[in-house]
Amino acid sequence: MKFSEKWLRDWVSPRLDTQAMADQITMAGLEVDAVAPVAATFAGVVVAEVLSKTQHPNADKLNVCSVDDGSGEPVQVVCGAPNVAVGQKVPFAQVGGLLPGDFKIKKAKLRGEESFGMICSASELGLEEETSPGILVLPDSAPVGESFRDYMDLDDHTIEVDLTPNRGDCLSIKGMAREVGVLNRLAVTGPELAPIEATHDETYAVTLEAPECCPRYIGRLISEINPAVETPLWMVECLRRSGVRSIDPVVDITNYVMLELGQPLHAFDRENLQGGIVVRMAKQGEMLTLLDGQRIALRPETLVIADENGPLAMAGIMGGEHSGISAKTRTIFLESAFFTPLAIAGQARSYGMHTDASHRFERGVDPGLTALAVERATQLLLEICGGRPGPLVEAVSEAHLPDSAHITLRAQRLAQALDKELAADEVTDILQRLGMQVLADENGWQVQAPSWRFDIAIEEDLIEEVARIHGYNNLPSRRPSARLALRSSNEARLSESQLRHQMVARGYQEAVTYSFVAPELQTTILPDAVSPKLANPISADLSVMRASLFPGLIRAMEHNLNRQQTRIRLFETGLVFNGELDDLSQVPMLGALACGPRDAEGWTANREAVDFYDLKGDLESVLDLGGSASAWRFEPGDHPALHPGQCARILHQGQEAGWIGTLHPRVRAKLGLKVDAVLFEVRLDALSEGRIPAFEPLSRFPEVRRDLALLLNEEVPVQSLLDSVERHAGDYLKGSKLFDVYAGKGVPEGHKSIALGLTWQHPSRTLNDEEINQLVDTIVIQVRAELGAELRS
Amino acid sequence: MEHLPTLVSEARHAIQAADSVVALEEIRVSYLGKKGEVTALLKGLGKLPPEERPAAGEQINQAKQALAQEIDTQRQQLEDVALQARLSAERIDVTLPGRGQPNGGLHPVTRTLERIEELFTRIGFDVAVGPEIEDDYHNFEALNIPAHHPARGMADTFYFDATRLLRTHTSPVQVRTMKAEEPPIRIVCPGRVYRSDSDLTHTPMFHQVEGLLVDEDVSFADLKGTIEDFLHAFFERDDLSVRFRPSYFPFTEPSAEVDIQCVMCSGEGCRVCSHSGWLEVMGCGMVHPEVFRHSGIDSERFTGFAFGMGVERLAMLRYGVNDLRLFFENDLRFLRQFA
Repeated sequence: MKFSEKWLRDWVSPRLDTQAMADQITMAGLEVDAVAPVAATFAGVVVAEVLSKTQHPNADKLNVCSVDDGSGEPVQVVCGAPNVAVGQKVPFAQVGGLLPGDFKIKKAKLRGEESFGMICSASELGLEEETSPGILVLPDSAPVGESFRDYMDLDDHTIEVDLTPNRGDCLSIKGMAREVGVLNRLAVTGPELAPIEATHDETYAVTLEAPECCPRYIGRLISEINPAVETPLWMVECLRRSGVRSIDPVVDITNYVMLELGQPLHAFDRENLQGGIVVRMAKQGEMLTLLDGQRIALRPETLVIADENGPLAMAGIMGGEHSGISAKTRTIFLESAFFTPLAIAGQARSYGMHTDASHRFERGVDPGLTALAVERATQLLLEICGGRPGPLVEAVSEAHLPDSAHITLRAQRLAQALDKELAADEVTDILQRLGMQVLADENGWQVQAPSWRFDIAIEEDLIEEVARIHGYNNLPSRRPSARLALRSSNEARLSESQLRHQMVARGYQEAVTYSFVAPELQTTILPDAVSPKLANPISADLSVMRASLFPGLIRAMEHNLNRQQTRIRLFETGLVFNGELDDLSQVPMLGALACGPRDAEGWTANREAVDFYDLKGDLESVLDLGGSASAWRFEPGDHPALHPGQCARILHQGQEAGWIGTLHPRVRAKLGLKVDAVLFEVRLDALSEGRIPAFEPLSRFPEVRRDLALLLNEEVPVQSLLDSVERHAGDYLKGSKLFDVYAGKGVPEGHKSIALGLTWQHPSRTLNDEEINQLVDTIVIQVRAELGAELRS
Repeated sequence: MEHLPTLVSEARHAIQAADSVVALEEIRVSYLGKKGEVTALLKGLGKLPPEERPAAGEQINQAKQALAQEIDTQRQQLEDVALQARLSAERIDVTLPGRGQPNGGLHPVTRTLERIEELFTRIGFDVAVGPEIEDDYHNFEALNIPAHHPARGMADTFYFDATRLLRTHTSPVQVRTMKAEEPPIRIVCPGRVYRSDSDLTHTPMFHQVEGLLVDEDVSFADLKGTIEDFLHAFFERDDLSVRFRPSYFPFTEPSAEVDIQCVMCSGEGCRVCSHSGWLEVMGCGMVHPEVFRHSGIDSERFTGFAFGMGVERLAMLRYGVNDLRLFFENDLRFLRQFA
């Protein structure tokens, strides 16, 4: 809602300067977004009359005029505007004056003719943004010699209020004035309005077929209007200061009344109506061409104004082209109706529309305003366009008119809610000034909300009103109190924060990437991924939910590679989305990516590229946090984004929990990446499962160690060897260390040599050589049998 | 016996000339060892007449002790020199950087989130999270925003179909918690939220922390006190002015916007606060009875307050970040500044 301060002050004028009033409005919950002067700074501009006009002797497009600027002597001025004419009243910038843009008016010679000033256009005065085609012509009544600023009342401000959707009642000068009146305890006065006497008795039938959507419809025929008149300058200015463009006098008047009172109005051309007006729901298949030219297929849940030929207008949203007024219109049918908020809510939006009318109706227009608005518009029409008014036609269904809420406000509840006892008189006063009917009793107040407050329905709404007018900042603060309950905490569980901090300790920077990604990127990385697609994405690049953290991490890597960053370590935590909507999983994951040299550049740095085992080591450091590393396994696996020879499925307690590997060279090539990258992602729920430490007594007996070097086929994973060894190493194996892996000279082709250090320890005695030798023999026999491993000689 | 003085003098020369512990040891062995020359003299005492033996024995022993002492002194000196040589050879440049990997760092949003969570968990709030793909019921209906409510226009929603959407706030987590638990409830709900808005000051995804406290006799004063405390703690400024402005959210009544005195210009007026001296940082209010009804909580017995804040906004103000979009570019040069 944007309006002129002066217009508001015509209704109610507190003794506050502009900024103070704006602050007061803001602090009452009607947030003032902007306060701006209605006109740019200029000076030395007066109202003048054009006395004579002669063709400039040396320039076809210029005239030499003489104007009366009230100084007593006619002033000669050269004017290039095509519309300048003798007898016009015009804004005239005198020599010494200053126009917007710091433009000083000086005595000048134009093609040999002297010019003492300038006749101005609206845009030259900063009253219009677009360049005006000609000078601004003022009404004949404009007094010669008066300051143009004073004449136009330009020392005014536009106040723009960002209203919350519950305060539709403030979408008018009347509503804003009501609020300012309450805040300042001032009476509010609107324009005087005597009932209009009909000068003919022609009426037009109105039938309400959907009274639950339109319980009241008032109309009036006004005949013999003159649509060719121009809208008066004061009204054009009022509209301009409210951000509304002047169109023609009838439309301007309906807009003016809407801004003034809050009631949207519509004018039909009587000539284009057939039979009576019917307010009904649209029928399937009905079409309507709107005022803005678009042709709409109406849906049955849309309320329309129709005649016997079909829909004329989308009720409360926009009128139709055919029934609209034109330059030829002589008789108009003026509509003022109450459409219920529910009937209009969502309708405009469902057609992709939003109008001043729909904005108001879906928030609620005062049903007590319907008749008043027609009367006010009629008054203005008669003043400006002439014409003869007919009697008011009213169709109403009282039963369907909204009932103002009757609410009990308990004094005890109010005091408890605000932690403050307000004086009963103050509460009564606040409620009454807000237009409520109030009955105070010993327990509180019986309140009836005014017809314009659609947002007042329950006790809490009244509490808010009282708090709001009393002032939130005049209410007390306190610290909530609660019992100090000590709650148990799961020691075995790792927090997401601990996991993140471990990644940070390992040198990774946390990334936050969008949860939606480009479908092509996701398909390149995960050709089989199925994840939900947005119906209304902001762009195609952000239209499909990520099925993995990989796409976002890879994009972030690219961003950094393109900015001369060579060593990149990134991680992210967040949900990934898999499946169709009806079978969707939203699983929190930890993902990481590394590329570039193993070490950060430095004097001891290893300049080799980071590889699978670096990343795996970082991941293992996270897995070890919970102390249950043995719950985790890595096994060779196939993942479409990862190198088939350098990719592992990660299992947690036998369940797949993630993937780790080198980016597949084909994916890398498709993405145009110049470096290798290693990545992992693992379910956060699995990572969070730690354990509570369980003490084992320390043995006082010596450890025995045996080292074994075994030759293994290179295809056999070391994990299988370790598993087999552990199975056959007896009950007292304390640890097995893999201390060397070697292939090359001295090892047969297709094999690798694995060196294991095994240690045994018994809790209550010393193990003898014989039993250890026996265990070693068993191990050697079993790994040969199970895996074809040979003891290396 | 008669050549003892010569022998001692010889030995002394040799000891003084020894240039290493090893050479010195050899000298010790050759004079004082089992087969050493001085030892040999002692062994030869038996050949002397018995009356000469004690005097000769004493002489030899004195010489032996004197030599032993000289050897020890010389060894000590040699060892000192050797140690000095080694120490100086082992000198390193202690100003060179240490070996190892640099640390990474948390994203500023996470850093801010963790800080907010910590402030609230310290006074007994729990952290609650929930799904990001939500349904219409939990994101709107249960929060007193029925279909076609004008407030739906306040948040531009990303939809998947008619009823499923990306949550526009973390309030659905509050709804889920209230349905699952009995008061007293004290939670903060951090997380990603989504609105179809993208320009200089909006990104289609951002982070929120919402809070909820439900108990008996919770008042607007409790809400004000909690938020004032939080903002003072977050900005570590007890003198920071905080004001509450009436506003509207369908799920709270009364509702308020919270402004703080601009932290960039201390309320003098600057570009960040549009020269108003105030910054809007949070929304809040008392839980609407309709929301309680949806969650099965008796609104006569229990009351509560809720609040919500944008994490990026708070991070920008706290760390002086001037461009929202930087948070999602993941530029290492940006991220490293928050390590």
